[in-house]
Amino acid sequence: MSEPHPPVSPDPEPTIRLRGAVALLGSFPALAGIDLEVGAGEVVVLRGPNGAGKSTLLRACAGLVPVVEGEATVLGVDLLDRPRDVRPLVGMLGHGAGLYDELTVAENVRFWTRARGADPRRAEAAMASFGLAGRLASVGAARLSAGQRRRVALACLVAHDAELWLLDEPHAALDADGRALVDQLVAEAAAVGTTVLLASHEVDQVSGFGPRVVTIAGGIVVEDRPAPQRPSPTEAARVP
Amino acid sequence: MTQTLGDEGVATGDAAPAEAIAPGSTASRGTRVVGLLALAAWGLLLLYGLVISPNDVLQEESVRLFYIHVPGATVGMLAFAFTAFGSAMYLWRRTAFWDLAAGASAEIGVVFLTLGLIAGGLWGEPTWGEYWVWDARGTSSALAVVLYLGYLAVRRIPSAPEVRRKRSAIAGLIVFIDVPIVHFSVEWWNTVHQPATISRLDPTIEGLMLFAYFLGMVAFSLTYWWLVIHRFRVGWLQEQVDERSLSDAIDLRRAESDGSSTEVTS
Amino acid sequence: MFRDALLVLNKDLRVEARSRIALNQILPFALLVLFLFAFALDPSRGVLERATAGLFWLAVLFCVVLGVGRAFALESGDGVIDALRLSGLDPAGLFLGKAGALFVQLVALELVLTLGVVVFYGAALHSVALLLVAGLLATAGLAAAGTLYGALAAGLRVRETLLPLLFLPAVVPVLIGATRAYESALADQSGEGWPWCNLLAVFAAVYVGTGVLAFGPLMEET
Repeated sequence: MSEPHPPVSPDPEPTIRLRGAVALLGSFPALAGIDLEVGAGEVVVLRGPNGAGKSTLLRACAGLVPVVEGEATVLGVDLLDRPRDVRPLVGMLGHGAGLYDELTVAENVRFWTRARGADPRRAEAAMASFGLAGRLASVGAARLSAGQRRRVALACLVAHDAELWLLDEPHAALDADGRALVDQLVAEAAAVGTTVLLASHEVDQVSGFGPRVVTIAGGIVVEDRPAPQRPSPTEAARVP
Repeated sequence: MTQTLGDEGVATGDAAPAEAIAPGSTASRGTRVVGLLALAAWGLLLLYGLVISPNDVLQEESVRLFYIHVPGATVGMLAFAFTAFGSAMYLWRRTAFWDLAAGASAEIGVVFLTLGLIAGGLWGEPTWGEYWVWDARGTSSALAVVLYLGYLAVRRIPSAPEVRRKRSAIAGLIVFIDVPIVHFSVEWWNTVHQPATISRLDPTIEGLMLFAYFLGMVAFSLTYWWLVIHRFRVGWLQEQVDERSLSDAIDLRRAESDGSSTEVTS
Repeated sequence: MFRDALLVLNKDLRVEARSRIALNQILPFALLVLFLFAFALDPSRGVLERATAGLFWLAVLFCVVLGVGRAFALESGDGVIDALRLSGLDPAGLFLGKAGALFVQLVALELVLTLGVVVFYGAALHSVALLLVAGLLATAGLAAAGTLYGALAAGLRVRETLLPLLFLPAVVPVLIGATRAYESALADQSGEGWPWCNLLAVFAAVYVGTGVLAFGPLMEET
């Protein structure tokens, strides 16, 4: 039997702190009272049925969806008061890749990097490491496959170097290589202390991180526990 | 014009005494006083306007329309000015009160200004043979009506309440800034295209006619306040309903979570 | 702010260069409008010649409505608006960039329309300086006002009908000023036309200023 994962001691300044947060999409309360605390450097997986509010939670943390009740602080920014201030601090990977179809891969990356004020050299490095620097660089975004679009978006995310990553179903529509790439990215980010909050339907895929798993349904948190641990090396050795 | 709603006693805005009595009706002692005064003013206006005041030397009976045309248009434009003021106050204070006040005033302003323009057209026909003469004031007023119809349409774009109010307030200010520019340019255009002939628009009014005109201003102003207060309160009640339905929606939303937490395997 | 504006302006123009929507759709539409006016107004009776300036600017106004719709539609790709909001681009810069790109496209359009008016309506171009100055000022005002009202009419399904309702009455001063200026230029009486440029300049200044100030609060929570 593996040891229960010790609870992460809360940082004095949690990266994300939500208490009874209500967020509206139009007039619909997509988040109906979320309580969640995420410390710096944690990796947290959100799961839950469709329509539960996972995407909205990510977008609210990015300052894109108004939080109208409760408490919500992300990276020190009060989301009820000034949600716009949190936007430059986070990196988000949404459902859509956010690419201009009429521009090439290289032009898209260049535009978004400069719009964010990120370091262009990081962008070049990111493009190279995602296999976008060669022939693909001058391909129009409209001609890319879903996996390739995701890679471009990831390159922009990595170039930006934010403290908090908000990933909405990053494995969706990717082949095995693509998924491995995402996992590797998340692991590297966590290793340098980036806080990662990712929504996924595929809990098997992500449990390898050893992260916390938070279940959302009906706009509230219904479960918050560490993922099942892989057996530690000493125990694996004991198995006959 | 009163509305009855539910069983909630609802507090109304700062401008009117708090309504502590159920059921929520938009009438109050204040509006009844204003309403009665307005009715009295209209009664007097009809009396003086139609009966007692004399015919104009040149325009005879049709000048009586003047008592509707000018007060209606003037109060309409003042209502738009109040909308701009309310928009600015909303951006400063961020209370729903100012947003509702601005919206109510714009609606009444559109109605009054349109009435005023129609009355002006009806007055113009016997006076110089045409319903519409492209004069500076009339044309720019008509454009103002269209602009404020656009403003009212912006108010109705569906979005979260704070977003909607802020956008409406900004729209209210932008539209108000545009009105004098439009007026000035139309006036300039008019002097180029319509020299002299239509410059003597208004009849000289004095004595009893002046008094009737004054009564018209009073009647329209009182009616404006009465309508705005009621419209404001209807809007206020609507927002209360929306807030209540938000809490209901939240409860409903949370209920979705029952029974679904065991669905996903680990 | 200006750095962001240039970035957005380049991006918008580059997108247009690739998609060529303005070239393939809005430009032919503009020339088509000139034809429609001819059908409506009987070319043989000299009405067209007298009304050339006004018809030109009417055609431009209709194209601005289309152009504004296009300027906002190009951000409708999946996730693009979110990415723009997250990017931390200065909203005033975003406004100037989009209005600037619209301005450039409109000027190009107007050059072709001028050619069209010369060919189809037999207009003779005098006082080119007045034509240029008045044209540029008017276009600046139209681009700024169009971008601002385009942002106001922000509902996705509502924009097509709400934008003309807001925009067209608001730009009546430009229609009046530009038409009078162009009339006097075409009739070679430019002395009467120059004062109208003041009106056009004021309008452009007011709308550029208002756009720069108002775009921030407007974009904050779209």
